[in-house]
Parts: sequence; C-alpha cells; structure tokens
Amino acid sequence: MSLFKYSAPSSFYPLAGKLVPWFGVLAFLLAVGGLYLGLFVAPEDYQQGEVYRIIFIHVPSAWMGMFIYLVMAMYAVLALVYQTRLSAMMMEALAPTGMMFTALALWTGALWGKPTWGTYWAFDARMTSTLILLFLYVGYLALMNAIEDKKRADKAGALLVLVGSINVPIIYFSVKWWNTLHQGASVSLTQGNKMAATMLAGMLVMALACWMYSLAVSLCRVRAIILEREPHAAWVKHIREVQA
Amino acid sequence: MSAVPVNQPALSTPESGVWITLVRDTKLAIRSKGELAQALAFFIIVVSLFPLAIGPEAAILKRIAAGVVWVCALLAVMLTLPRLFQSDYLDGTLEQLALSPYPLPLLCAGKMLAHWLSTGVPLALVAPVLGLQFGLEASELLVMVAGLLLGTPVLTMLGAIGAALVLGVRGGSILMALLVLPLYTPVLIFGAGAVEASIAGIDAMANLSLLAAMLLFGLVTTPFAAATAVKISLD
Repeated sequence: MSLFKYSAPSSFYPLAGKLVPWFGVLAFLLAVGGLYLGLFVAPEDYQQGEVYRIIFIHVPSAWMGMFIYLVMAMYAVLALVYQTRLSAMMMEALAPTGMMFTALALWTGALWGKPTWGTYWAFDARMTSTLILLFLYVGYLALMNAIEDKKRADKAGALLVLVGSINVPIIYFSVKWWNTLHQGASVSLTQGNKMAATMLAGMLVMALACWMYSLAVSLCRVRAIILEREPHAAWVKHIREVQA
Repeated sequence: MSAVPVNQPALSTPESGVWITLVRDTKLAIRSKGELAQALAFFIIVVSLFPLAIGPEAAILKRIAAGVVWVCALLAVMLTLPRLFQSDYLDGTLEQLALSPYPLPLLCAGKMLAHWLSTGVPLALVAPVLGLQFGLEASELLVMVAGLLLGTPVLTMLGAIGAALVLGVRGGSILMALLVLPLYTPVLIFGAGAVEASIAGIDAMANLSLLAAMLLFGLVTTPFAAATAVKISLD
C-alpha cells in the first residue's frame, strides 16, 4: 500500500474521518496544558508584567498563519504539476483557518501593543507583512468564490498562491528595510532564546495545540468539500453518513 | 478588435512571438487613443486632488510627493490591466493566440511590453510635471522617472497574471484589485523609497537597484505565470 493511494478522494475521505477526532482531542489536551503552563506556571515578565501572556496565543497564531500559507503553496505545486484534485481541495480547506490565525495574530498583537508600545497599530515590518499576508488569503478566497467552474477555480487559486508565496519573502524584506520598530525575535534557533523555560514551553505547547486544531478543522472541512464536489461519485453512495 | 490581422512574419522563429503581439497590441493602443488618454488623465487628476485635500503647505506636499505619485501610478496601471486580455478573450482572439504555433509565454511577454509602452512609459513621462507641483527638485524628479521606468513594467507583469486569472469572472475588476494590490507593495516601497532617499540626500541607487532586480526576476518568471493563467482561464 503506498501513500499515493490517499491522493484519491475516495480513499482519503474515510482516512480523514478517522483522523479528525484524534487531532481534535490532541488539540484540546494540548490547549488545556499550554494554557495552564502559560497562565499559571510561567512567571510574570519583569518588564511587561502580565500583559506579555498574550504571546501564548499571539505567537502560535502568527506562526500558523505563515505556516499554513506555506503548506498551501506546497499543495499548489502538487495541484499544478500533478493535477491532483485533492491537493486543490486541501488548499481550499486550509485557507479559512490560515486567514483566521493571521487575523488573530494581528488582533492579539494590537491588544498587546496598546499597553506595551502605547499604540494599537504601527506600520512596522512584521505587522505590515502579516497584514499583507492576510490580504493574500482574502484574495485567494475571493478568487475561489468568484469562479463558478470549480476545476478552473482550483487551478487559478493554486497559481495565485504560488505567485503569492514567491512574493512573501520579497514583501517581508521590502517591508523590513522600509521600517523596523518591532522588537527583535525572542526565539531564535541560532542565538538561543531569551525567555524563561516555562514561558517557552507554554508557547510551544500552544503552538502544537494550534497545529493540531488546524489539522482537525481542515480535515473536517476537506471532507465536506469532497462531498460537495463529487456528490454523484459511486463511492459516495456507499458511505454511512450519506446512506443514513 | 480583430481588425488588425496577426501578420505572419517572413522569418518566423519562436522568438518572433513577442514581436507579433507587441506590434498588434501597440497598433491597437495607438488607434484607441481615448483609452490611452483616460489612464493619463486619471493619473493627473488624482495626483492633483491630494493638495486640495491636505492643504497647500509646501513642506508637507514635498514630504508626500513620492508616495502620492507612486500610489496613483499604481492605481492607474491597475485600472488599465483589463486592456491586456479582456477584449481578446471576449472576441476569441486569445484562444487563437493560445492555439498558434508560437509559445504562449512569449506572446504574453509581447502583450506585457505593449501594455507597458502604452501606460507605464507615458505615466513616467508625465510624472515630472506633477512632481513640480509638489516642489521636487530636478535631481529628485530624475530619480522618480527612473524609478517609474523600472517599476511600472513590474506592475504590468504582475498585473497580467491577475488580469488573466479573472477573465470572464463576475465582478472581475474589483477582484483583480484584491489579487494584485498586495503583490504591488514591494514595488511601491522601493519606488517611493528611491525618491524619499534622494530628497533626504542619500544615494537612491540601492532602491533603484532593487527595482531593477525585481524587473529582471519578473522578466524571466511572469510570462510563464501569465501564460499558465491564460491557459487556466481558456479551459
């Protein structure tokens, strides 16, 4: 049995159905653990006080917003090169979650910025490039909604995401050179981190929780998309949910 | 639109695909001078609105000149993007081009070049006059024109991808703005940045070099992306 078997919607549908509860439960447990670490175990920050605790949702959502766009770009390559239907469906399933996390990162960032920087919004590099990332998600979803022929929408969306993903680093660096006010990264693979171990642990556990949540939600969504796209396929008539 | 025949050149190599659409689209652009003038008039009018809204203080106007001219150039280019493929798509010419023996990326490159000659170049040539209204010096105007000449082709090339993707889609023009404007931000930043730098007395070459780099990168990638987009829309 090869992995390619699951590129067919008929075999992926039941697999996704089996995986969703696992990822859902994992997301819940990790979120409970991460919030406990973040809100009760992690010490107060000596500079920012309690306000900093918003990073336990802010940083994971910013990471997921970018990561999901990367995953979509990967699926876009598969959809354009191998013409696999499922890849395009996965893109469509991932996009709303990615957009939600990007919006959440901006929102929580603004709430954090007011007490810390004294302003809800500043046009600094990371905020601006995150905002543009949000626009890229909006553009993708608008395009998918506007094109009625689903086959064409899939390919058009894939091309748009691919062009967008090549532009993301260009946008990031252009905005970075344009203006930088945001504090430097606290977590870095090269320099080690400047955070207390429990803070870091809380943040990483929350990031995993967000990851599992994204998997659960997008797999759930892709099942709905598969059924919407292929209502007349023979295999659909044999699944339990449809027969009931 | 099909009044201009696609001439078969005597020596037809695949590369002449660029030439075919370049000549054809340029002819069409020259024959419909109204459209050409519309984009320019839009550019001039919108730029002239800013002093009315902000006030006539010379210091503020000089401060915002680069940004205003660049944002307006960006919008003017964006509004003319449907001209690239729309009419050819509606009357079937685009399909014939896609079926022709010439490589579609080269045909798209010719179309982009023609579009730039009929929008980007006139905009860049008018910009110094508008810059004067905002009190820019000669050296700063020169940087602005150089930036526009390097940046507007990038706007055309990225825009061509968006314009091809929304062919025949309801509400296409607003949708195209949503797709294209986020991708335009780096050009805007470096284009306006070049002028700002020269106003501040810093060498503008860094910004102009980055614009040129984007132009070269776009030149080798966007024709393929636009051709893929055209094929997707024609399916």
